[in-house]
Amino acid sequence: MPELGRAALVATLGLALYALVAGSVAAWKGRRRLALSAQNALVAAFATSLVASVVLASALVRNDFSFVYAAQHTSRDLPTGYTISAFWGGQEGSLLLWLLILTGYSTAVLLVNRRSARDLVAWVTPVLGAVTVFFAFLVVVVATPFATQAAPPDGNGLNPSLQNPYMMAHPPLLYLGFVGLTVPFAFAMGALLARRTDERWIVATRRWTLVAWTALGVGQLLGSHWAYEEVGWGGYYAWDPVENAALMPWLAATAFLHSVMIQEKRGMLRVWNHLLVVLAFSLSLFGTFLTRSGIVSSIHSFTQSSIGPWFLFFICIVVFGSLALVFARLPLLRSKTRLESLVSREATFLYNNLLLVALTLTILWGVAYPILHEAVVGESRIVGPGYYNFFLRVFGLPLLLLMGIGPLVAWRRASLRSLGLTFAWPAGVALLVGLALLALGAGSSIPGLIAYTFSAFVLASIALEFIRGTRARRSLAGGSWPGAFSALIGRNRRRYGGYVVHAAIVLLAIGVAGSSAYDTVGERRLAAGDTLAVGDYRLTYRGLEEREAANATEVRAVVAVERNGEALGTVEAGKNAYTAERQVSNEVGIRSDLLTGEDLFVIAEQVNADGTVYIRAFVKPLVNLIWLAGLVFVLGALITLWPDAREQRRLALRYEGAEAPVRT
Amino acid sequence: MNVALLLGALLAAGCVVLVALPYLREPRPLGDALEEPSELDRRRLELAETRDRALAALKELELDHRTGKVSDDDYRALVGPLRREAAEALRALEPRAGAAARVKAERPG
Repeated sequence: MPELGRAALVATLGLALYALVAGSVAAWKGRRRLALSAQNALVAAFATSLVASVVLASALVRNDFSFVYAAQHTSRDLPTGYTISAFWGGQEGSLLLWLLILTGYSTAVLLVNRRSARDLVAWVTPVLGAVTVFFAFLVVVVATPFATQAAPPDGNGLNPSLQNPYMMAHPPLLYLGFVGLTVPFAFAMGALLARRTDERWIVATRRWTLVAWTALGVGQLLGSHWAYEEVGWGGYYAWDPVENAALMPWLAATAFLHSVMIQEKRGMLRVWNHLLVVLAFSLSLFGTFLTRSGIVSSIHSFTQSSIGPWFLFFICIVVFGSLALVFARLPLLRSKTRLESLVSREATFLYNNLLLVALTLTILWGVAYPILHEAVVGESRIVGPGYYNFFLRVFGLPLLLLMGIGPLVAWRRASLRSLGLTFAWPAGVALLVGLALLALGAGSSIPGLIAYTFSAFVLASIALEFIRGTRARRSLAGGSWPGAFSALIGRNRRRYGGYVVHAAIVLLAIGVAGSSAYDTVGERRLAAGDTLAVGDYRLTYRGLEEREAANATEVRAVVAVERNGEALGTVEAGKNAYTAERQVSNEVGIRSDLLTGEDLFVIAEQVNADGTVYIRAFVKPLVNLIWLAGLVFVLGALITLWPDAREQRRLALRYEGAEAPVRT
Repeated sequence: MNVALLLGALLAAGCVVLVALPYLREPRPLGDALEEPSELDRRRLELAETRDRALAALKELELDHRTGKVSDDDYRALVGPLRREAAEALRALEPRAGAAARVKAERPG
């Protein structure tokens, strides 16, 4: 079946080229049937990409090692789940997944919008076609997943680091996010090409952008959990270039999701919003380039390949082409409204945007500098966590504070008197929490103390928003408190869903501050019966256990855990020796206390032939709040994404009304 | 190989039909021009956006005032211009104002 896969990919490339060329002609000349035909070509490209994907997935599941890709990334002993996840375990499969998701998104947005915004969609089609052409070209010409060979008796297996349940969801979610940012980009460019200065492109892409942003956020959290469990150095985020590659577009998209509200509510920041969309999409391409080109050495970058120059070429076209288009349309994008006051909701959104973009560009420089230095000077340089942590504090702490300030400030302008009234409670709560933490000894880390105080401020301001809003709703419509609370959220999903997302970010900040600023570590070589004290815990090494798994030999150091004299059971940490892959992986032992959010994290750094082990153990306070933040984040995103019938009716009225013939 | 060939041919045929569908459905259409909003449509849309923006801002202002986020003085200062903005957009969108809007839209500058 490799011929079918190859033919399907060639057809995808042809269809995407048709969508690009015919779509451009149709939009330029105003030809309706040709525009529809170009849109159908992208729908057909989804079908052909799907066929190619099914062919590859089938080869992986059937252990058909005549496919080079299947032989390189699976083996007969590999469990079925990981055989399927091998689809995105290598470069060619990842690129095919990009293409499949891209054509899937294109099909969905075209089918949803083609009747309601025809002139806009006519211009969106060639933009989507151009991006599809690039990825189809890569999998047809540069990195085909359908190369064949004489089948060897067994495959090389999958990189052991990727044999983790989180790897079955983390890459697809990241790709849903990366690729999803194509949608707002295509609509923003389409609107500029169509000379449409209204908000139609924003309305058409709002939910798609939120879906992509949510997927990217959840994907990163799953990736952090994978790193925490699998990589085994005691952390969850190491400012690795490939981790940063996913963070940067997420930050840019976060800035866009905030600033787009200013455009919707005040008609301002049109140029800025277009630039943010270009930045987010370019960074998603840059992220894929970093992961797939092998240009940086990273635990996440599993390839060394020749696709780098192609990616750089395409990123340059996207960046310079988009900027030229924005520049050409500047006269149309001028805003008629101005910022009325520096103390207003829109001003806090603006400060938030500046901080987010500054953080994004700082991270980008940290990632790009070693690459540029090596390219120009020929020496490798490393930008370490110190650089990133410094800027995370400089930009991140004010961002955290702004999350609490924003909801308390009114749109347009706010007087000092009303500010005093709204700030009194949250500021009081924050002050009390800060003083209490100081008394409890949290002053050992000043950034940690500031983060906790700001977090208390944000949580108090969010709680106050919900309480005041519910009270106002109840005084208006009567009924019960739960009814008023539910109606409040139902009538303002974006606002209150956004607050829930803010609460998730606060939980994340508390978890990060707790686990990084207040963690304790202990390490030593242990023989059976020896003990190691770390924090309130006392660990006793009992001995080694060895067992056979499906495709690996597992060696585990069994460690008994006590806390303040109370026995808490055992944890196991050790190594897996993978047979087919001929690699050894670290397997950590984690004991979570869900009541306090604390983890005891045990790594067997060395397992020696004489039965001794070198154990390193961490106590990580509040680290589980990071994972809880993921659940709250999804809840907030779902509230925001949930269809709002009132809003739909209002938008339908706006666009139907605008298209109706004028009566004189 | 034969199955692959057959499936490939079916896939290709399906793609060709899908791409050609707009022409197969309407071989001789009454009009093939892509609907594009006129200047008047654009102006109307702009007004509708202004109207929605002002009405949403009024709603938000009411809620902020009720929740104590906006003082009485601020409320009084803000509500007037917002109401005027909404009323102007609504008036301009009224049928009789259509002609005026068209004249205004067609007037250069």
